[in-house]
Amino acid sequence: MSEPSQPATTLFEKVWQRHLVREESAQAPAILYIDLQLLHEVTSPQAFDELKRRGLKVRRPDRCLATIDHSTPTTPPDSDGVYHYHTPEAKAQVDMLHFNCAENGIELHGWDSPHRGIVHVMGPEMGATQPGMTIVCGDSHTATHGAFGALAFGIGTTEVGHVLATQCLLQSRPKTLGIRIEGSLKKGVSAKDVILHVIGAMGVDGGTGFVIEYFGSTVRAMDMESRMTMCNMSIECGARAGMVAPDETTFAYIEGRPLAPRGEDWAAAVEDWKTLKTDPGAGYDRLVEIDATRIEPSVTWGINPGMVIAINDAIPSGADDSTRDALNYMQFEGGSEMSGQPVDVVFIGSCTNSRMRDLREAAGLMKGRKVASGTRVLVVPGSEATRKEAEAEGLDRIFLQAGAEWREPGCSMCLAMNGDSAGPGDLVVSTSNRNFKGRQGRGARTILASPLTAAASAIAGRVTNPLEFMEAES
Amino acid sequence: MSHPGVVESSTFCLPVNNIDTDQIIPGQFLTTTEREGLGRFCFYSWRFDESGNERPDNPLKAFDAASQQVLVAGSNFGCGSSREHAPWALLDFGFRAVISSQFADIFRNNSLKNGLVPVQVDESLADHLLENPGLSVQIDISSNTLSVEGLGDFKFPLDPFSAYCLTRGIDQLDFLLENEAEIRAFEQGSETPYLRFHADR
Repeated sequence: MSEPSQPATTLFEKVWQRHLVREESAQAPAILYIDLQLLHEVTSPQAFDELKRRGLKVRRPDRCLATIDHSTPTTPPDSDGVYHYHTPEAKAQVDMLHFNCAENGIELHGWDSPHRGIVHVMGPEMGATQPGMTIVCGDSHTATHGAFGALAFGIGTTEVGHVLATQCLLQSRPKTLGIRIEGSLKKGVSAKDVILHVIGAMGVDGGTGFVIEYFGSTVRAMDMESRMTMCNMSIECGARAGMVAPDETTFAYIEGRPLAPRGEDWAAAVEDWKTLKTDPGAGYDRLVEIDATRIEPSVTWGINPGMVIAINDAIPSGADDSTRDALNYMQFEGGSEMSGQPVDVVFIGSCTNSRMRDLREAAGLMKGRKVASGTRVLVVPGSEATRKEAEAEGLDRIFLQAGAEWREPGCSMCLAMNGDSAGPGDLVVSTSNRNFKGRQGRGARTILASPLTAAASAIAGRVTNPLEFMEAES
Repeated sequence: MSHPGVVESSTFCLPVNNIDTDQIIPGQFLTTTEREGLGRFCFYSWRFDESGNERPDNPLKAFDAASQQVLVAGSNFGCGSSREHAPWALLDFGFRAVISSQFADIFRNNSLKNGLVPVQVDESLADHLLENPGLSVQIDISSNTLSVEGLGDFKFPLDPFSAYCLTRGIDQLDFLLENEAEIRAFEQGSETPYLRFHADR
């Protein structure tokens, strides 16, 4: 609890203040202590090289946690147990992370680990992600961990090296943006639709320079996986971090996980975590209000995540350069219907939407139905733990019987650097986070959507409002 | 990384808003474990077709690295991923500075760590520069000043610490390492109970 004499502060300010090794001054940024650095194969090799070049050691290997996810194949190993990488470079990159972690005593979850997975799925699943922590990773979707009331953000490789060597970062204090979301969600609407709607309202750069705190009755009612989906995409409106104050939902999720505090420590931790919330009267630099009751299943229509419409709306028409460029790339005619556009590929996965809730929602809609002929569907669980849990529930069989592919965990077609990619001109309905030109394969056209919308579109072979399937059942 | 402190060049313009890091260097090239030589992948899909042949509509066809070291682009330059490969690729391609009316946060940080100067200007100046490609400009880091041929001088925001580090050749990691005593005191401090709760591994 805050002392009466202390000024009211936001959740962000509390976590920031706790980690100041040195305050920001006119001459230099703050020195911010980092509790946990997550590592993967793509953005770490040059950082380890730099430490070696300078003769430096990893300062706190116990505060690092590594996995392999971006460059890894999502096809099973062959009969000899060998994984076949897309390129020799991809394998070399993974081998290098193994070498660097072994040399520096860092815990790495490779092929043989039951925890291996997308870095932002694995961290929370292992209980490594905890309220009030500072968490960084050379990956812009690190904001995911903010769902637990951590201050978590993506950094570049030079900064990965800074944290490896000193466990600290030089940081200027960002501004705060409160996003208050109130009301119940309509049927067929999930956290993905909410965050797409928010990004559409903010614009692709509306959050630049801010740390977001999501609050309000809609957020309180969400489970942790939904909150992770929301925080994950904070970067898509330019905000480096998104946070949700921890509550009983948070504590229940963490309790008992492998790296969670235990025994007396657990009680003390929860006591402390309960103080991590914005005080009444504390102000944000900017406040945005969202009426959740009006949010429809939402999709992107263009070439950045701010180009969002409700699925039953017409594709925008406009004469400005950005709209023309987007319509041209997407091969859409302005004013035409989004719903009904023929779909070539459906991707259900990524650090945004590859957790149990996402897979259950998609499987629930696809159960007993068949994927439309001519549509390829990839379902890629976020981690080994998620894969096992899904298989124990029989979700894999639902997907396979529907005609979808059930693949090994990894980032896969979210950024298509492991060989999982769509072809030129393919229209992809994807539960991932970015619809930039060529992101999912050269010339591939991406529509970002929720797992329910992706599943409905897979069955129909066209961009489809999930309510078309869900209403028949109710 | 030491920087000469001044970039003097004519501009090269890409009048496109929201140029994301997937455009600057596509994900397929991120399997590298090096930071050198990435210029050949810079704006790859804009420059080359599927077979690796130059596209007839390549917007960078006329780019001359010797005389056009300042890129002028639309707003929100560098949005998207945290890949430092983006400034590495731009630098290796030949750019020393980028002018835009807005930069994505992580891209700005990554650029400053590598000596690629992000010059943020107001929209009307950005528009003027984009409408008049090839103008001579001078960017002075120590005074945060952009001088534009025929228009005069403009201040741009650059945090003093980054400017100081760039121009004096001060390494930010060395700066952090000099604070080892404070970092250790912080870790041992009784005022930071949260550290106890985090799993000891």
